[in-house]
Amino acid sequence: MALGDQDSGGEARARVGVRKAYKMFVGGAFVRSESGRYTQVRDHSGAGAVENIPRASRKDGRDAVLAAAGALGGWSARAAYNRGQILYRLAEMLEARRAELAASLERGGLDAGAAEREVVSAIDRAVAYAGWADKYQSLFSSLNPVSGPHFTFTVPEPMGVVVIAAPPRPALLGLAGALLPVITAGNTCVVLASEADPRTALVFGEALATSDLPGGVVNLLTGQLAEVLPHLAAHMEVAALDLHGVDAALAKRLEEAAAASVKRVRARSLGEAEWFDDGAATSPRWIERFVEMKTIWHPVGP
Amino acid sequence: MSDKGTAAAGGDGGSPRQPSAARDTAADAAVVFGDAWRYAPAPEGRDHVKIAPRYDLFIGGAWRAPESGRYLDSISPSTEEKLCEFAEASERDVDLAVQAARAAYEKHWSRLRPLERGKYIYRIARALQEKSRELAVVESLDGGKPIKESRDVDLPLAAAHFFYYAGWADKLEHAFPGRDPRPLGVAGQVIPWNFPLLMAAWKLAPALAAGNTCVLKPAETTPLTSLLLAKIIEEADLPPGVVNVVTGAGATGAAVVGHPGVDKVAFTGSTEVGKRIQRALAGTGKRLTLELGGKAANIVFEDAPLDQAVEGIIGGIFFNQGHVCCAGSRLLVEESVHDALLLKLRERMATLRVGDPLDKNTDVGAINSRAQLEKIQELVAAGEREGAARFSVSCALPQRGYWFAPTLFTGVAQSHRIAREEIFGPVLSILTFRTPEEAIEKANNTMYGLSAGVWTSKGSKSFWVAQRLRAGVVWANTFNKLDPSSPFGGYKESGFGREGGRQGLLAYLEVD
Amino acid sequence: MATFGNGSGATPGAVGQGRGITYPDFSSPTVDKVMVEERAAGLGKRSIKGPAKIAGLKLAISMMDLTTLEGKDSPGKVQQLCQKALRPHERADIPPCAAVCVYPKLVPVAKRAVEGSTVKVASVATAFPSGLSTLEVKLADVRQAVELGADEIDMVIDRGAMLAGEYRAVYDEIAATKEACGHAHLKVILETGELGSYDRVRKASRIAILAGADFIKTSTGKVTPAATPPVTLVMLEAIRDHAHATGRRIGMKPAGGIRTAKQALHYLVMVKETLGDAWLTSDLFRFGASTLLNDVLMQLEKERTGAYQGGDYFSKD
Repeated sequence: MALGDQDSGGEARARVGVRKAYKMFVGGAFVRSESGRYTQVRDHSGAGAVENIPRASRKDGRDAVLAAAGALGGWSARAAYNRGQILYRLAEMLEARRAELAASLERGGLDAGAAEREVVSAIDRAVAYAGWADKYQSLFSSLNPVSGPHFTFTVPEPMGVVVIAAPPRPALLGLAGALLPVITAGNTCVVLASEADPRTALVFGEALATSDLPGGVVNLLTGQLAEVLPHLAAHMEVAALDLHGVDAALAKRLEEAAAASVKRVRARSLGEAEWFDDGAATSPRWIERFVEMKTIWHPVGP
Repeated sequence: MSDKGTAAAGGDGGSPRQPSAARDTAADAAVVFGDAWRYAPAPEGRDHVKIAPRYDLFIGGAWRAPESGRYLDSISPSTEEKLCEFAEASERDVDLAVQAARAAYEKHWSRLRPLERGKYIYRIARALQEKSRELAVVESLDGGKPIKESRDVDLPLAAAHFFYYAGWADKLEHAFPGRDPRPLGVAGQVIPWNFPLLMAAWKLAPALAAGNTCVLKPAETTPLTSLLLAKIIEEADLPPGVVNVVTGAGATGAAVVGHPGVDKVAFTGSTEVGKRIQRALAGTGKRLTLELGGKAANIVFEDAPLDQAVEGIIGGIFFNQGHVCCAGSRLLVEESVHDALLLKLRERMATLRVGDPLDKNTDVGAINSRAQLEKIQELVAAGEREGAARFSVSCALPQRGYWFAPTLFTGVAQSHRIAREEIFGPVLSILTFRTPEEAIEKANNTMYGLSAGVWTSKGSKSFWVAQRLRAGVVWANTFNKLDPSSPFGGYKESGFGREGGRQGLLAYLEVD
Repeated sequence: MATFGNGSGATPGAVGQGRGITYPDFSSPTVDKVMVEERAAGLGKRSIKGPAKIAGLKLAISMMDLTTLEGKDSPGKVQQLCQKALRPHERADIPPCAAVCVYPKLVPVAKRAVEGSTVKVASVATAFPSGLSTLEVKLADVRQAVELGADEIDMVIDRGAMLAGEYRAVYDEIAATKEACGHAHLKVILETGELGSYDRVRKASRIAILAGADFIKTSTGKVTPAATPPVTLVMLEAIRDHAHATGRRIGMKPAGGIRTAKQALHYLVMVKETLGDAWLTSDLFRFGASTLLNDVLMQLEKERTGAYQGGDYFSKD
């Protein structure tokens, strides 16, 4: 049942609930689609309300990429410790929205137990990645013992703007699990939410908005993947694609489009149940997929 | 000219002139590079070098004639003489090679104790050292690069690469702890003509150490050292089919890349071809690494050790005739030292010795092919048309063969083709900047991101710049340094994946 | 701020002032150790064969300051050395050396021995090798050597002052010594092995050049390391910058540790490819050496006869 919704009563004294208009989250602002289009999402929890979810257009995609590109310099330059604190703050904000997130998942079709399990997993995922923010560097870096009088080392750096197709299910945990490693590594992203339950992604966006995450670091779009993704895959400002649960034919099209600017395409994902496996889903490999390794040489001499 | 000063100090060289071409003053005439003492020819001996008249394909541990019976000529670019013939592999030949690699993977290589795998790779490293002089001569004959470089760079590094990765073979679990590293299977590897043997080493060594088997396709202008390497591999008694070498042109490469039995594709070459490969592989699930073009910025600040910066700039662009993906082809100079640096550069260029690749004193050899020469000429003509000022050293070039005199352009704008496109030849484009921020902005304003250089005496500035350059390798107060332990690879359209170091193993492993 | 090739001492490029004197700007570019050593080693890879080798070795002989600077030097020893300098080998095509280099007391002996020839007499002076006497004593040393007939004076700089940052003191001493030299040419020994860094070698080169040196010289031969290819390259680059700034050509003399023909050719390659043709003469380049000559002669004989040579076929002087 939807939160605090009492608007179906007939009594004169009954309070009329305030419904939420769900909006996409782009550049730190809540927006409708510039196209004015929407999709109606049914409420599976029995309350019966129908909600209008924005249906992103190609131009919304473009705006989101620009927002992500604009946020990249600031986000990647932040101290790793600071990024970790912001991700931890995200966990705090998610925890505070636990009930709303669970209710949204129920309205998206989960039973109460499954919804609760997914929400706490998603919150814990944020905690896990908050911890990674200042640690993966030590794991991926190397001091290279070159032959010669040079000090040579290799360090991970962010790739840039990453376009993520979130898995259909688990809609919340998959979304969190996909975008957290990307932003932990200092990238910014444009995320296409699950078509199966786009509303929960937008609630998640409200947590992002209150977590001290700078605007534009995560840009959440709802809509039809097959409509929007090809334009993003061809966008020259995008550095990488992270495709979860995208069907093979679309994935192939996207990979072909990605070749125009030699984008990094990551198509490997987790099965629906695997997202709940903390060990598998918080492996540093998810971060490693979205860093560039930079090698620096410096001579040694007085 | 007044006797008090120059560039940074103010004086006569104060503000940069556009485009500062000649500076013929009495003082400059004090230093003249002529022939008062002339070096005699010093050709490297080639009597011990044996090139067969014809080379077949190395498939499944045996030398096989191509199914089509077709052979191509290998031409020495410095003389245009025909060195030998080599087989042109068809799709059918490539299929045999992939089958041989698959069989070797399943029957031998994946079952071998990792330390034994490593020992085979060590054998290759040792044999390369033993035959290094012969291979260096062949590399210079076939590709046109100076013997000084093939002898002192290509060969030692190739051997070092095998030696380095041999030691990883039994340590993969430690390289990626807890991530269950597993080989991918059959690797199809297509390599370029600029460092033929070294690129073969970069591809084969990590692939073999990680437990994969390989089908290697060398470039059609430089197949010889890959074939001699196949001979070494044969003599090292590697199980048949672990390494297969298929020669040919673009169609052969496409057959290797497109073969459904190939699990992993590794390509080094142009960005254009790299994009084609990436597109062709879409949806196949094959793993791919690409090492593509570059247009590296070499940034010189006014506080740089200028005379050493000159060496880095010269080496950065004229090493291997500029046929280097990581070449420092865009020189970004702080305006206050532009004239001083330009004078030094032109003087240094006057001492470059262009000619016979087998002469031990040659600094700049032959352009690798007629096609490449024409591409360089076309871009240089575009530079002149667009209004940049050209300076080429006046040196006598041999009558036969493909040659291009070391050249620089001043007054280059960021929008000029010679500032944006990879020339892949001995041509330097010089631009200026005023502040560190402007230097970074210009350096990063390219679709490429393979390498970059920074010259300053200030450590903090060096690291500040290195952090901001969007490039996979940044050389501070040095350039074009390579080492097997040091990961190398690009950002942006310069490709993805790294070669060298622990990172280089990732291209050939599945990890969790 | 880094500068290169700033003006000469005589003309004020003129920054510092002290004791009523206007000093030139001593600031010098920095030197990257790794790269300058790489470059010097790279020049050592030139392959000098056949006629180039013969011409180079003869040139090297003509540039040699045949040197003896030992406490046990005697008139007899110096006379022998002079004979060797005048006629290094019985072959007529082998030129005499450029000079002999001795202590001041032995200048008259050397002067008599080389009289009427092209061979010059160089004398070390200025409380060689440490330079740690008072300026008065050092200048008197120079004047006496010149009076005794020295054509060239090899002075040492005050390394203590150089290391302490007292650049004006270093400059003043060199300028005063130059004045004391009169008509004699002045070679300024930096004793690079004691300067600690290429940066300081470069700066000391500049100070010496601005103060009036005709030559700059690496070493006394009493300190290790003495001349090395990279330190010589750094000094050649200082000379080149000065030539560009003023048109004035300063000479270079690496000294100490150069014992083989191969090394000598390496130095000539560095000169040829750093300063060009004008410096390939004994007027602008010298080797300070005592044992180098015989190795060069052996190599020349090997080139002539095709047979590897033995030590006892060459006079040890």
